Amino acid sequence: MDAEGIAIRFGYGLPANASAPEGLIANLAGPDLAASDWPGNTLAEVALAAAAYREARQARDEGAIKAARHALDDLALRGLKTSFARAVGSPDAFRERLVAFWADHFTVAARNRQEAPFPGVLIDEAIRPHVTARFADMLRAVTTHPAMLIYLNQEASFGPGSPKGKRQKKGLNENLARELLELHTLGVGADYAQTDVRELAELLTGLAVGPEGFVFDAKRAEPGAETVLGVRYDGKGMAPIHAVLDDLAARPETAAHLARKLAVHFVADAPDPALVADLEDVFRATGGDLKAVSQALLTHPKAGQGTKARQPFDFMVAAFRALGVTSETILAAAPRDVRRLILNPLQAMGQPFRQAPGPDGWPEAAAAWITPQGLAARIDWAMAAPQRLVRPLPDPRDFLRTALGKRAGERLTWAVGAAESARDGVGLVLASPEFNRR
Amino acid sequence: MERRIFLKGLGALGCSAAAHPMLTTLTLAATPGENRLVVIILRGAMDGLDVVQPRGDAGLAAARPDVLAPSADLDGFFALHEGLSNLMPLWAAGELAFVHATSTPYRDKRSHFDGQDLLEAGTGTDLVPAAQRDGWLNRLLTVLPGAQSETAWAVGREAMPILAGSAAAQSWSPDQDLAVSAPARALLEHVYEADPLFHQASATAFGLAGMEEGEGQDTDLIADFVAERLRGSARIAAFSLSGWDTHKGQARAIRKPLDQLQRTVLRLKAGLGPDAWGKTVVMAMTEFGRTVRQNGSGGTDHGTGGAMLVAGGAVRGGKVYGRWPGLAEADLYDRRDLLPTSDVRDWAGQVLAGLFGIDQAVLEGTVFPGLKIEMPAQLIL
Repeated sequence: MDAEGIAIRFGYGLPANASAPEGLIANLAGPDLAASDWPGNTLAEVALAAAAYREARQARDEGAIKAARHALDDLALRGLKTSFARAVGSPDAFRERLVAFWADHFTVAARNRQEAPFPGVLIDEAIRPHVTARFADMLRAVTTHPAMLIYLNQEASFGPGSPKGKRQKKGLNENLARELLELHTLGVGADYAQTDVRELAELLTGLAVGPEGFVFDAKRAEPGAETVLGVRYDGKGMAPIHAVLDDLAARPETAAHLARKLAVHFVADAPDPALVADLEDVFRATGGDLKAVSQALLTHPKAGQGTKARQPFDFMVAAFRALGVTSETILAAAPRDVRRLILNPLQAMGQPFRQAPGPDGWPEAAAAWITPQGLAARIDWAMAAPQRLVRPLPDPRDFLRTALGKRAGERLTWAVGAAESARDGVGLVLASPEFNRR
Repeated sequence: MERRIFLKGLGALGCSAAAHPMLTTLTLAATPGENRLVVIILRGAMDGLDVVQPRGDAGLAAARPDVLAPSADLDGFFALHEGLSNLMPLWAAGELAFVHATSTPYRDKRSHFDGQDLLEAGTGTDLVPAAQRDGWLNRLLTVLPGAQSETAWAVGREAMPILAGSAAAQSWSPDQDLAVSAPARALLEHVYEADPLFHQASATAFGLAGMEEGEGQDTDLIADFVAERLRGSARIAAFSLSGWDTHKGQARAIRKPLDQLQRTVLRLKAGLGPDAWGKTVVMAMTEFGRTVRQNGSGGTDHGTGGAMLVAGGAVRGGKVYGRWPGLAEADLYDRRDLLPTSDVRDWAGQVLAGLFGIDQAVLEGTVFPGLKIEMPAQLIL
């Protein structure tokens, strides 16, 4: 693949930041500059705001409710802007795409105003630090993060034989245990049984959320040993939980599941089996080293095959980059403009920000995105948004080269030249199949 | 039966991969009969006690000294909130019914999100979360003879999990204007011609866009669009009406959603025309009811048992269905909420059986897995 192809498939499109795969790989080995250049919200800030909102509502204090709502909305807005700023501006676009991939793998969706800033915090604290390190560490970090514990109801799970379970007559919630096996590690087709889910759910009791963040609450932990996939886990505190997570991360089914997901997300809805097999081998040979797996993906001979539809977030980021909209512009945008130009259009395109329909994340197939509704929303945005973002609009023929390089087809090149206005010409480029595929 | 479901599921999959949505009303392919179903999800928890007021229960006035709107008598016991007064002619004509003291199996936590999830999943609380990723209207499509990819539509901006799942369904938001000039459209069509996925999606989109030229609210556009589709080859539509979360100043806050609801029902009737309306059921359901007692800010909080509106020419109307549990404190759920005496899925199941001929075994096995439908069919003509 040439540099343009790599920037389109593995980054957020043109202009390309790094000239060759070596550049992208070198970036991956370096520090996470985007996280330090554009810092996100911290758990402490978000938890404080959520607590203030809860307290104000309990006290029915209208003034305080309003203030707490504002604070939560500000945090959510900042989280959204930070995500866009990083994706648009980072010289390390492959890392940003990997972060997005793993964030989708470990989906946490916001279900209401109170939760809106939480998914971003999980991404910053539990995903980003491990994106070029060990999967097992990412799994531990995500599984103990308050945002995940709340989203998959682990904070509502009590060992039926634990002191709190008995006293409060509360029982197990299997949600996190099930998704851990089905989505996060082994995959739905793997050979595990309901008893494994139940035993794992018992093993996970104790994971809880305190006022300051994650806590292990021994009083809700089910006493005794549990057996998951034939392995017996015994002991107190976090040790058996860490042990089962490490074992799950090291299972061959996990390597196969993750290799396939990576290939499907980055390369093709139906990827070449050789690509999947090679990624799986690297994952297993390196003990789940995600930097090695990502490098193998990027440099694989089959990495250029097939085609994918850009998801709405990726589509919008690629458009910002092609139009020259900078991270600074995004960070300075008024809330009203963010709603009008980003939030509402994302929803119309079928991808409301951080609100995936379920813990299995967003769909991958092109046909799930290029629907009548989804495409109409992209066309409307392509025609209307650019002139609100850049003035004057670029010459559409130049813009075609900026946005697509050598990838513009004959039909599109002709149509852009034939457009009656810069608005239509730029809109055609952004609405084209070439720009909406990667 | 298992085999039939399986084959039907395969058919639906093949359809989504190969066919592209046909919008013409002249589609020759079989449709699942002539009957039509519209499901409206009332998001935010509609206060059933204020909308269909049990005036005959002495507990009502005591619990609601300030939150009780003027209403018109329905049957000597229940009275209808004046915000729905434009629907009274439908009541008189037997085209409007209500179900009271009904709910999903969701209890106690009273979260909108979880409550709506369960309402749209149509499952019990015993089912594993993995079984709750598709919605009951989608599962209906997998067992509906003659269902095509254009049979069912999710309409509007709001995601409709009730129609999510493996069976092919369409979605469209009528406020998507697709505002491109004729020359730009011609250029777009030229560019898309070489890419089948874009070609098909855009052809459908251009066919749908701008069809509703109304000056009205977004909800009017939705109702008109739904009526248009159902007059054609579509048989099922689902959309949302929001704004029911009336924690404060309910007397004023509930007016707008009520008005949207009555406008929507009336526009559906007008848009469908007498013939199609005669074969239609509109079910408006909500995630749960609200507290029996008003709160300190002139509103009501999240409760349990609620009410459902059922309208259409195919409805056995003019009646409030459901066993009334009473409002005395000992009769309440958790001493605060209206006690549910029926499951919304029982009523929905009756409607599916009546409209589409779905067997009870299929309803209890596939559409509403785990449900035991016990009440006699009564809601549908």
